[in-house]
Amino acid sequence: MNRAESLSLLPLELRGVTFRHRGQTLLQPLDLRLERNGKTMIMGPNGAGKSLLMRICHGLLRPTGGSVRWAGNGATAETIRRRQAMVFQRPVMLRRSALANVRYALAVQGVSRGERRWRADEAVERFGLQSIAHRPARVLSGGEQQRLALARAWALRPEILFMDEPTSALDPAAIKAVEEAVDTFHGEGTRIVMTTHDLGQARRLADDVIFLVDGRLVERAPVREFFEHPYSREAAAFVQGDLVW
Amino acid sequence: MDNAFQAAFQLIVAMDPVLIGIVTLSLQVSLTAVAIASVIALPLGAAIALWQFPGRGLVVVVLNALMGLPPVVAGLMVYLMLSRAGPLGQFGLLFTPTAMVIAQIVLILPIVAALSRQVIEELWGEYREQLQSLGVSRLRAIPTLLWDARFSLITVVLAGFGRASAEVGAVLIVGGNISGVTRVMTTAIALETSKGNLPLALGLGIILLLLVASVNAVAYIIGEAAKRRLG
Amino acid sequence: MKNVLRNAAVAATALFAATAAHADRDRYITLASTTSTEASGLFEHLVPQFREATGIDVRVVAVGTGQAFEIGRRGDADIVLVHDTTGEEEFVANNYGRERRDIMYNDFILVGPSEDTAGLRDADSALDAFSRIAEAEHPFTSRGDDSGTNRAELRLWGEAGVDPGGQWYRELGSGMGETLNTAAGMDAYTYVDRATWTAFDNRQNLELVYEGDPVMFNQYGSLPLSQERHPDLKHDMAEEWHQWLLSDEGQAAIASYELRGEQLFFPNAE
Repeated sequence: MNRAESLSLLPLELRGVTFRHRGQTLLQPLDLRLERNGKTMIMGPNGAGKSLLMRICHGLLRPTGGSVRWAGNGATAETIRRRQAMVFQRPVMLRRSALANVRYALAVQGVSRGERRWRADEAVERFGLQSIAHRPARVLSGGEQQRLALARAWALRPEILFMDEPTSALDPAAIKAVEEAVDTFHGEGTRIVMTTHDLGQARRLADDVIFLVDGRLVERAPVREFFEHPYSREAAAFVQGDLVW
Repeated sequence: MDNAFQAAFQLIVAMDPVLIGIVTLSLQVSLTAVAIASVIALPLGAAIALWQFPGRGLVVVVLNALMGLPPVVAGLMVYLMLSRAGPLGQFGLLFTPTAMVIAQIVLILPIVAALSRQVIEELWGEYREQLQSLGVSRLRAIPTLLWDARFSLITVVLAGFGRASAEVGAVLIVGGNISGVTRVMTTAIALETSKGNLPLALGLGIILLLLVASVNAVAYIIGEAAKRRLG
Repeated sequence: MKNVLRNAAVAATALFAATAAHADRDRYITLASTTSTEASGLFEHLVPQFREATGIDVRVVAVGTGQAFEIGRRGDADIVLVHDTTGEEEFVANNYGRERRDIMYNDFILVGPSEDTAGLRDADSALDAFSRIAEAEHPFTSRGDDSGTNRAELRLWGEAGVDPGGQWYRELGSGMGETLNTAAGMDAYTYVDRATWTAFDNRQNLELVYEGDPVMFNQYGSLPLSQERHPDLKHDMAEEWHQWLLSDEGQAAIASYELRGEQLFFPNAE
């Protein structure tokens, strides 16, 4: 499917979204709109609900209350799912070759056998994985696996890419590769939503920041404003590296 | 004991056609039972691991309990089903190798299903979000998970094979230990014991052990080689 | 469950059909008989001769007499050959068997430890021998499995006026061979048919200590099953086997079977 020809999924609109688990409210009623373009960082201390919010957006979790609405009216749940991708903190690779992992993701989306081959080859090449394309994915290093996860996501041509702490377990060289990949995606028009702990990374990559504390959306601001003139007391403390709770 | 090893050795060296027939039938019955039980039980175990439904806990408990089903009870159940006076009597399957296959399927199906349920549930815990993110349906996830868990599942299937080839109670009841037709290693051992020919009985036991060990060794070697390649 | 079984049955049948060795698969009957006849090797002697004469194979399921009756009642065999005349007559009276005919006999014996603690070698009758075991309270292993041998043994205890029980009387619920293995292991007396004893290898300290009383007579009978109750069985072929056992040829075949130089079964068809 060619993205240009179809209606965009974005913006994504969350209204009054809450999440409760075993009697505990993990996400307070929250309104959020993600526009067509840009790179958004979700930030906040541990347990703020960053990953939870991302999973609700991606559809891995159903909110307890409120609504998650994609544009592109009439799109089926399956179409919506197929036009997003997510890269996890620890990528899960299937017990097969690196290349076969990419092909598998394409096969799930119903891509024909012939197209799978060249699209997977293209993705592997794009992320510099040719030399390890035929190695078992699960014996690759953490950094290689994360690049493979990005290649797999890229092969799917997602309109929006969610990334949950994609660099937190990686060494600097691998972090650099992931950040370059983010630019690659962005350069091709993919909407980026990412959680991170790394303030420097947020400064380098973000267009805007969503700041959560304790399941509440405390602040949403363009990146410069967030770091230089934070509006809330919690954000001010956070950007100075103080502990926030 | 010495006599038993001697008896085993002599039987192997002599390539006794009766013994070869018994060994072949044993392998045929148990491998067929394992194959059929696995085709049913592996996806079944995976399905139970993946789907939440009312009464799921009960199903898991019953499956786990059935792993300890006494072979004699399994044999008796199959006997009553296949007996001419039973619901499947018209097929005339009692006292045939087919009846023995069915009895062994009843014995090992719960084992393979319960153990694979556990293996797949663990793997699903690891894969779940990633697969859901890729848009993999639960139905589609079953073959993926079974394939990725294949090394653990080989062990599960071997546990089934071990149980099938070692049991005597069920096949004795439904097979009848008919010479040349339904006599397998275990029933032959029981017969020789009842004749008081203990060295021969133990000798047959040693051969059975060698057979089961060979099947396990082949599976182990294949599994290890593949594991080294695929991580 | 039923469907699964049925599918599995079909699949398994297909598998075995492909590998079946017999070209003429249906030319056989299933005979429910006793462990004593099977363990002694008698059928390995008789069946080839019968097959030679008729082209029919006989598949022997060897179980205790009680279970053999049950298999017959359910129609899971085509014919029955057992050794419990009282039970056999009842089987026919209840219309499970079409008729009952004497085929052959041998006898039961008492075996026990070679020291013969209870003094059975001096007994002047079977009842005396049984009484001596009870008086000495020497361990006695009983099959306790409702087999023909078990039924014969219980009848003799009754006639000897003994109600067997207590520590010395061990009901095993096992076949003849297992019972002999146990008796050998614990130096106990036991009641056994001569054929099984002759074929038995694991005697250890056991010896024959009493034989010869006519009450220890062991009669085998052949019982074709009722056509009314089980119309689907292979009655014609079963009848051929029945008649062959009764024929001069069959009777001669029985008489000619020897194990370790001993004739084990004595034909007595009328």
